[in-house]
Amino acid sequence: MTTSTPYRSTARDAHDGFGPLLHAEWTKFRTVRGWVIGMIVAVLATAGIGLFIAKATGNVSCQAGNGPVQHGAACGQPNYPLGPGGEPVQDEFYFVSQPLAGHGSLTVRVTSLTGRFSEQGPVPGPPVVVPWSKAGIIIKDGTTVGSAYAAMMITRGNGVRMQWNYTGDTPGLPGTVSAARPRWLRLARDGDTITGYDSADGTHWTRVGAIALTGLPSTVRAGLFVSSPVHTAYSSGLGTGTANNSPTEATAVFDHISRTGTWPARAWTGDYIDPRAAATQQVAGRYHQAAGRFTVTGSGDIAPLLAGPLNDGPSITIRDYLLGTFVMLIAVAVVATMFMTAEYRRGLIRTTLAASPHRGRVLAAKAIVIGSAAFVAGLAAAAGAVLIAGAVQPIGISVFHEPWPAELRILAGTAALIAVAAVFTLAVATIVRRSAAAILIVIVTIVIPFVLSAPPGVPVGFTGWLLRVTPAAAFALQQPMPQYYQVQANYIPSSGYFPLAPWTGFAVLCGWTALALVLAGYLLRRRDA
Amino acid sequence: MNAPAAGLTAVGPGRARFGRETLHAEWTKLRTVASTGWLLAGAAALTIGVSAAVDAAAACPAGGCQADPATLSLTGVQAGQAIVVIIAVLAVSNEYSTGMIRITLAAMPRRLAVLAAKATLITGLVLAVSAVAVLACVLAGRLMLPGHGFTAAHGYPLLSLSHGPDLRAACGSVLYLALIALLSLGVATAVRETAVAIGLVLGLLYVFPVVTSVIGNQHWQRHLEQIGPMTAGLYIQATTSLRSLPLTPWQGLGVLALWAAGALTLGGLVFRFRDA
Repeated sequence: MTTSTPYRSTARDAHDGFGPLLHAEWTKFRTVRGWVIGMIVAVLATAGIGLFIAKATGNVSCQAGNGPVQHGAACGQPNYPLGPGGEPVQDEFYFVSQPLAGHGSLTVRVTSLTGRFSEQGPVPGPPVVVPWSKAGIIIKDGTTVGSAYAAMMITRGNGVRMQWNYTGDTPGLPGTVSAARPRWLRLARDGDTITGYDSADGTHWTRVGAIALTGLPSTVRAGLFVSSPVHTAYSSGLGTGTANNSPTEATAVFDHISRTGTWPARAWTGDYIDPRAAATQQVAGRYHQAAGRFTVTGSGDIAPLLAGPLNDGPSITIRDYLLGTFVMLIAVAVVATMFMTAEYRRGLIRTTLAASPHRGRVLAAKAIVIGSAAFVAGLAAAAGAVLIAGAVQPIGISVFHEPWPAELRILAGTAALIAVAAVFTLAVATIVRRSAAAILIVIVTIVIPFVLSAPPGVPVGFTGWLLRVTPAAAFALQQPMPQYYQVQANYIPSSGYFPLAPWTGFAVLCGWTALALVLAGYLLRRRDA
Repeated sequence: MNAPAAGLTAVGPGRARFGRETLHAEWTKLRTVASTGWLLAGAAALTIGVSAAVDAAAACPAGGCQADPATLSLTGVQAGQAIVVIIAVLAVSNEYSTGMIRITLAAMPRRLAVLAAKATLITGLVLAVSAVAVLACVLAGRLMLPGHGFTAAHGYPLLSLSHGPDLRAACGSVLYLALIALLSLGVATAVRETAVAIGLVLGLLYVFPVVTSVIGNQHWQRHLEQIGPMTAGLYIQATTSLRSLPLTPWQGLGVLALWAAGALTLGGLVFRFRDA
């Protein structure tokens, strides 16, 4: 009697660890040729759409061109100035100023602020109320366009404000100004700090704000200013909306001017800041001084400059190059769906679960693999679109570049949007187990809200609601520029302004994804495979 | 001796031509899958729901608006078409994912007859359901839009099917959805995979309106809108400022019909000459 030992494999016991599971799922993903090719095609398509948009945006007459057309230079491409924070700004106003050496302060009383459309030839324009017409005092780092400043002002429709460096804005006394209800404004410089005060009577003062303007030279220019932005009439019809911009001018009356500190110059000088705009827009700017009273007329705005066909001239941002994102999203949704439903269709799920009985871990491994693959593909698509499109800059149009953190957020955010959407799709596919149903849910909740909101035409009330509650809220990550309270503009989704802040919108997508993952994990564990 | 043979000839091969039997077989397949009914109901619900929500959010200030009330109240078609795409794709791709296609082709070897039967039935179903949905959209627009400033005083009479352009927009939208179904059927027959076919068709439909919304070059914008199946096809919904459209409404629908014919031809050829 010989005992024979049954055959035992000499291979080591398979570990039920997470690493091998990830490796197994990665192998499943990598070895299906159609999925990998699909992802690559989607990356190319997204970048190609960016390239096409760059090529096809711009002015036909410009591209037909008379004479050699160079990037930007010809065809009256507006060159916009950059503010101290690196953002595109508008810095146009009438400035009655003197140098101020070292510490000092400037106090004025404003008794009137009126506005009208700018003269059309010899005819004075009719009166108009532009809520962000501004009149007040400003301390500025010279008369260079885009330089640092801090200002106290009365506005036509937003009360007293303290504003600084184009993006800063804080409210002071409310209400409008009149001879019966004058407003007193004061700016005081102490080192790099500029403090703004306002008062209704010239005796009781309230501090509005104190701003540190780092790197301010010892001698700055300080004085009175008036500005009045263009008046825009929007008609958001079907197809593309249009905006009619009409230049306006404002006139303010200042008196009780008092100064402390060293003011080396004898007299006041009046300058129109940004004379390029003065030449092109026929804006007015003048001042009249009599018996301590200054009557100043100005036009323009001191504010961040916004991009978009509906805002300030033809201009685009890198977000426009990324409009192909939704194609990438469709492709990733298709692959993520099949990554799960193929398991059910082929019966592979039984092998998968036999090899790794911890079902939650299988789902986690799949989510990590598809999420990472989608992130890499999304980043490649976004970076590809922006780089390729940037290389063939459109002609006759400005491309607005935001400070690099914002652009980085747009690129990384696009990749994150695609990655989380892939995980969301995977979870939905696990719940419904069928390709058509999973794709349907993802298309209806992410792609359709975006497609309805991208072209103008569908009422903003509806698309705004969609972009708040659906996972498509995460498209807010692609918002190129913040909304500014102090700039009146058409803040609608089709112009690149979303109802939620970028990371809040992303949180909505993440919330839906977490919900779907929890439900998917629960069902995967409860149901027979 | 002849008796069994006589029984066989009753189901002889000649019966597999396009006709009542092929239609009946395909109808049975469509009818007995639960998803068909749900998806048709979903397509109607999404179309009506989005249209009604758009009506509720529309605003026409006293200063005058350039919106087209017919297009506004039929906006839901842009969303509902996604489900129509899925219905049509599933009619073909489900057969491949279950292996049913081999039985189908064994029973009805004339492949183009099978495709024709599928196309006929899907078109009929989509026409019926979208007619109901579009009617409901028009009714919703008629009831809701006057409350949002679209009144005769502002130059917008009530939506009415007795008004020529409104009738054309409504009937055209029904035809639009049927053509979208045929386009999807053709693509699905060519690629066979559910998810891929849905992704391809929806990508093709939606890429044109999104891209044309941003490009500033009028020349390119016009041409893209003219060739896009969705952009050109939806001209059929326009009732105001028709002269500024790059194509007439019916020409636009014709562009979509060409796309659908092209997709069906491609699908038919591939289906005819490829192993199932």
